[in-house]
Amino acid sequence: MNIQEMILTLQKHWSDQNCILMQAYDVEKGAGTMSPMTLLRSLGPEPWNVAYVEPSRRPADGRYGQNPNRLYQHHQFQVIMKPSPHNIQDLYLDSLAALGIDPLKHDIRFVEDNWENPTLGAAGLGWEVWLDGMEITQFTYFQQIGGLEAKPVAVELTYGIERLASYIQDKENVFDLEWTTDVTVGDIFYQPEYEHSTYTFEESNEAMLFDLFSKYEKEAQKTMEKGLVFPAYDYVLKCSHTFNLLDAKGVISVTERTGYIARVRTLAREIAKRYVEERERLGFPMLKQEVSES
Amino acid sequence: MTTNHALLEIGLEEMPSRFIDDAKQQLKERTIDWLNSLRIPFEDIESYGTPRRLAVLVKDVAEKQPDIEEEVKGPSKKIAVDDDGNWTKAAIGFTKGQGKSVDDLYLKEIKGLEYLFVNKYIAGKKTAELLSGWKEIVLGLQFPKNMRWGDLNVRYIRPIRWVTALYGNEVIPLEIAGIVASDQTYGHRFLGKRISLKNPLAYKDALLQQFVVVDSSEREHMIVDGIKELEHNKGWTIPIDQNLLNEVTNLVEYPTVFSGGFSEEFLSVPEEALVTSMKEHQRYFPVRSKKGELLPYFVGIRNGNKEHLDVVAKGNEKVLRARLSDAQFFYQEDQKQSIEKNMEKLNRVVFQEELGTVHDKMKRVVRLTEQLAQHLNVKEETKENARRAAAISKFDLVTNMVNEFTDLQGIMGEKYALLFGENVTTAKAINEHYMPRNAHDSLPETTEGAIVSIADKLDTIIGCLSIGIVPTGSQDPHGLRRQAIGILQILKQQKWNISVEALVEASLSIYQQLGIANREKQEIRKDSYEFFYMRAVYIMREDGIDPDVAKAVLYNGIGHFAFALEKAYVLMDKRQDKTFKSTQEALVRVLNITSEVLDREVDPELFENTFEKNLFQSFTNLLEPYEAALSSFHATRALEALAMMEEPIHQFFDHTMVMADDHKVKENRLSLLSCIAKRIYQFADLTKIEWKQQF
Repeated sequence: MNIQEMILTLQKHWSDQNCILMQAYDVEKGAGTMSPMTLLRSLGPEPWNVAYVEPSRRPADGRYGQNPNRLYQHHQFQVIMKPSPHNIQDLYLDSLAALGIDPLKHDIRFVEDNWENPTLGAAGLGWEVWLDGMEITQFTYFQQIGGLEAKPVAVELTYGIERLASYIQDKENVFDLEWTTDVTVGDIFYQPEYEHSTYTFEESNEAMLFDLFSKYEKEAQKTMEKGLVFPAYDYVLKCSHTFNLLDAKGVISVTERTGYIARVRTLAREIAKRYVEERERLGFPMLKQEVSES
Repeated sequence: MTTNHALLEIGLEEMPSRFIDDAKQQLKERTIDWLNSLRIPFEDIESYGTPRRLAVLVKDVAEKQPDIEEEVKGPSKKIAVDDDGNWTKAAIGFTKGQGKSVDDLYLKEIKGLEYLFVNKYIAGKKTAELLSGWKEIVLGLQFPKNMRWGDLNVRYIRPIRWVTALYGNEVIPLEIAGIVASDQTYGHRFLGKRISLKNPLAYKDALLQQFVVVDSSEREHMIVDGIKELEHNKGWTIPIDQNLLNEVTNLVEYPTVFSGGFSEEFLSVPEEALVTSMKEHQRYFPVRSKKGELLPYFVGIRNGNKEHLDVVAKGNEKVLRARLSDAQFFYQEDQKQSIEKNMEKLNRVVFQEELGTVHDKMKRVVRLTEQLAQHLNVKEETKENARRAAAISKFDLVTNMVNEFTDLQGIMGEKYALLFGENVTTAKAINEHYMPRNAHDSLPETTEGAIVSIADKLDTIIGCLSIGIVPTGSQDPHGLRRQAIGILQILKQQKWNISVEALVEASLSIYQQLGIANREKQEIRKDSYEFFYMRAVYIMREDGIDPDVAKAVLYNGIGHFAFALEKAYVLMDKRQDKTFKSTQEALVRVLNITSEVLDREVDPELFENTFEKNLFQSFTNLLEPYEAALSSFHATRALEALAMMEEPIHQFFDHTMVMADDHKVKENRLSLLSCIAKRIYQFADLTKIEWKQQF
């Protein structure tokens, strides 16, 4: 099964579970969790079920396209269900079956892995799912987001698309994976991997990036104070990516590092709070069915 | 009495393996306590645990509580009976409240006062009606980490997905976290199916048929047997790490052992990295030859049966291959760097906010190393090796390998140092400066390693104490206690002639010069002494030395720790030795009468009797051998020297009045005793010892 078919299969599977199929969010980010479709929407009492593919940029993981396992940008298939359904593990295992993974032929395990993202004030409990010893999915019950208690609890499934594909297609090198018939990951991503790595580690303009970080931060702050949570959050994401670029370049010392993370976290927390307030002001519109019933 | 068996099983999403054994134990103990508090008799109880279930089976649970007759105390006779001898309202109220009449009342005296009593018969309730309370036991289990799920308010180790509760063949009516109990349970996630249990006793067997081995010791046996079989068939040696075995036992419901291999080329990567990859990351058992060499194979445990085991093995091989390629890549990349480049990077790695970067720390450690080497008067070559090892001791912290495998700090340092052209001793000292890494680790073998290890640990301890990081209770994030114990163990082994107090002083003055401390030097010194004192007592206790003896030899600080230990061993021996009784009494007699312990002028002209003269002579004779014994740290000889004064001391006290009327004579006698006391205290404060000679 090629990657394109995998994505179609997963989309179909989760669409059948009444998930809204979204597209990737158009601001750079390090993980699918950071999309507002997860991070903000997981907050508050409104039900929310969504699935999407998220290209995730991790500048420090860039390897000039030379490493068979590490990428500047990889893809995550992200599922959020709030509240977490009681049969979520079965739904997940069914999705693996849909990808042609017969559990009787393999060893599938849920191995404890508690997830934490201090930058976003987020934490959850759950597992990494092992397929014959390989981590293919991060399975997390959110407990806290943006410093707020997640209530009801949203469950997050993050499939590592390339990881899973390397198993399904039995390939050693990520660049040999078939994206679709006759087109490999290498065909599409080798050049950007090389160029992004070169840019990140050698060519990026540090002074400009430092400047951008401050400007994005100010804009986020200002926008948030106007109660515009979504645009404010976009600037937080930009801060985060800019920070990642500077960090990968090795120009942020360890002490400074803590400071920068704290600045992003403060913003993310504030925005999380404002988001819930804003939804409440709107009367939690997605709760309206339940409200009218009661 | 009629009895039935009772079973409770909680089905959960996969629990963390490290919490399962404890949860299982709690479930059992709490159930016992609860049944006892309900006065429900039972024969036997066993609990079980797998990643997906916690269960408890209670055999022969009585069908009802026993009936009991209870004596209920009422008001005192004074209130209960009026002047005419009739029952008052209080008495009647009491009987009504108990569902009795005044005819049932009787009087009993308690502490001189009479009170009303009735006997009340309480019929035992049916067990079936009480078992719903099991719910509270389940929800009362304590876990180190809890979570919430769905829209429930329950906090538990993992989401609860089913509850099986039977008393005899009846379902116990209870509901936990929105789940209604039934007689249904679930087999292995993939190999088993949902089944109905008709009888609690059938629990284990019924689940075994569904590929769930509920008893963890049975799962452990299956794993060990599988490993033994592989050893036998393939001629391998597979060392079983008990921690890993416990973990994998609780990661599966139905274990099957399998093996896989990896390319021999990876054997060029340092073995420690390969072993860490296999054990820590993948939970595999590494494989060795009969001679103990690492072989390119591994053993894993599948949660399932033997079907398609080849596919599972192949998948695991692929994962391990990716991990080992990473390790190999890191190993090769690290070799392209140099010690100097790594040292530069350490300028940016913070050791501790107030104590500066790792680079700053190494500079302090170099100074301590130089001072220590100087003091110990080691060979020039040793000094140079130690200095170099200290100067680059942390360079491996910024390598890819240590970044990935943090346990390999020092180990990679040694290997890379050799590759970068450092001499063998320096390289080894880099590794050894972390030793002892834990309570069971070995100590540095080289003098260089021992010196740098002490310097590094000392710098961390005094640095932290200087800025107010003092371990309290279970809080010791920098492992200061372990490091202080490490220093003392090295001093004990090396028998170096240096006092702990001098070490503390050396580090203190470096911090003072750098102006880092934010507390008074005197306070830091006091805390440091106390901190080391506690560890010294701890080590002594571990070595079988009683606290009073430890106190006696450490009364004036730790000093030369190995010598303090020697003295303690000798005293532990002597305290039981009846031939030493008289000696000890003599020495303690001196200590008891002296308040000052210093050399005072003794004037032989003022002696009035021969006993004084003899004692003085004996003391003078003692000085040379005693001081020789002390300076060569020979505890037995030192004590023997002191013992030579036994007879003269007794004679002196038996025939001399110390507190003579003549002031000069008295002072002269006290001066003599004070000189002797000073020598005894140099050995130990013998008054602190509880002498235990048996007669």
